[in-house]
Amino acid sequence: MTGLTFVEARRLLETKDRSPRDKRMSLPQAAALVRDGDHVAIGGCLYSRTPMAALREILRHRRSNLTLSRNLMCYEGELFMVAGATREIITSWIAIGLPWGLSRVVREFVEGGRVRQEEWSHLAMGLRYRAGAMGVPFLPTLSMLGSELLTMTTAKTMACPFTGEQLCLVPALFPDVGVMHVHRADCFGNAQIDGYPHMDADIAAAASTVILTAEEIVDTEEIRRHADHTAIPFFAVDAVVEAPYGAYPHECYGLYEADLDHIGAYARRVTAEGTEAVRAYLQDYVYGPETFDAYLERFGISRLLRQRQAARELMR
Amino acid sequence: MPYTASELLAATASRLLADHRIVFAGVGTPLLASALARATHAPHLTIVVEGGVIGLEVQPGRLPISTNEMRAGRRAVMLPPITQTFLYAQRGFFHYGFLGGAQVDPYGNINTTLIGPVERPRVRLPGSGGACDIISHCREILIVTTHERRRFVERLDFLTSPGYLGGGDARRQAGLLFGEITRVITDLALLSFHPETKRMQLDALQAGVEIQQVRDNTGFDLAMPQNPTRLSPPTDRELEILRLLDPDRMFLG
Repeated sequence: MTGLTFVEARRLLETKDRSPRDKRMSLPQAAALVRDGDHVAIGGCLYSRTPMAALREILRHRRSNLTLSRNLMCYEGELFMVAGATREIITSWIAIGLPWGLSRVVREFVEGGRVRQEEWSHLAMGLRYRAGAMGVPFLPTLSMLGSELLTMTTAKTMACPFTGEQLCLVPALFPDVGVMHVHRADCFGNAQIDGYPHMDADIAAAASTVILTAEEIVDTEEIRRHADHTAIPFFAVDAVVEAPYGAYPHECYGLYEADLDHIGAYARRVTAEGTEAVRAYLQDYVYGPETFDAYLERFGISRLLRQRQAARELMR
Repeated sequence: MPYTASELLAATASRLLADHRIVFAGVGTPLLASALARATHAPHLTIVVEGGVIGLEVQPGRLPISTNEMRAGRRAVMLPPITQTFLYAQRGFFHYGFLGGAQVDPYGNINTTLIGPVERPRVRLPGSGGACDIISHCREILIVTTHERRRFVERLDFLTSPGYLGGGDARRQAGLLFGEITRVITDLALLSFHPETKRMQLDALQAGVEIQQVRDNTGFDLAMPQNPTRLSPPTDRELEILRLLDPDRMFLG
């Protein structure tokens, strides 16, 4: 993946209509904004606020040759690998979660060379999105100095022009598409996030096309009442989709806890059966259910309510 | 009271954390060690985790298993964006940083990237995550790991997180101007680094462990003092607190 330069990203941005118009659309319409070969940056972090509804729809559109980037990648990476949708993953870490150990599927695809995994430190990932969000070509950091990550990536070192000290320079990321799930947005794309902000605001500012799913679409008046909560402004957004439980079975802060039983069951099955388990999961949860509602029905209402109740208890 | 290796690691590590400091911890043993310190001698210790939590408070029985889930953020004083969390570390605010790893070398360098040749890894590990950042930016680094020959290797397959690099002042020469790798905490021993060569050395043995055991389980030459001190085993109170924090033994083994 070469990606846009900061000049190209700026020129492209100037051609876009991000005016305060109604950007609401369906999940399939939003997913159609993703083209084969795109670099798709995924918001949230690990199993928190993963834009599952949108990712599911992108998979249903059978996209190919995607580059995926995310600061910490959970099993959505495996779904894209096994679906044949991605050839390259840019991240600082990929697995399902600590208690579940190494991912057999990631091992198979990366060790076998079918998917290229480009590893950066966690801060380096953040600074790469931040540089994109700032419209500059790189940012300096002390991270990755002395690390072999420096030699395995496109990071460079230079002597600081002011102090002479050694610096690591990480290049900006300008994703073709940024996909994120937020708590609430208005129809123009003014988006508010509760709890962990993760890297979503930077990804939204850096990406050429931004798809938002939201737990609820609210009136702009409600956004205005708590403007300090707005993390992403309308002018960074192209598509807004209402998707309650849009991160499920991952968590959405304050609203529902991650369904660790489901994630654990998935992880155990992958450990036992490898790629076949992911293939079956794709059939059961991605290709099978035609709509996101049908997908949620597979979990069942009692499960969704249980996870909502768990979140409520935690927020007390 | 009998105890597991993880309980021993958590108890030993917790004793090294002073009150009123800030610790950058990961989930698992580091978080248990930090929470135990807060419950005993360091009630004003502030726990930071990389998902973007400042002032984490563990609710017994509800240990977070990722650093960015609701359980970790509960009762925090701030939930900064992840990049900002690491920038606070780079600015120098954090006293301690905890790390584990698949491989550790004599200079405290750590591998969490791959096992085998770089071009064709035998095992692809999850990767750095924040490890490379934590070791580069925190003031004191504590490495916590079980003591196994396959982990304590003379040469890493891949250097993910820089400790003292080749030893001496190599870390400073590489541009890492700050931070010391102060301790390695294992289920067999407590180790540190020679002030000049920066090579790992044995400081103290865990209760009931003999020097030969440490030697047998270390894949490189380790400087040994004539009469290493002995650490006291975890107290009943420490074990009770740990088991209260993690009743399902998700991380206690």
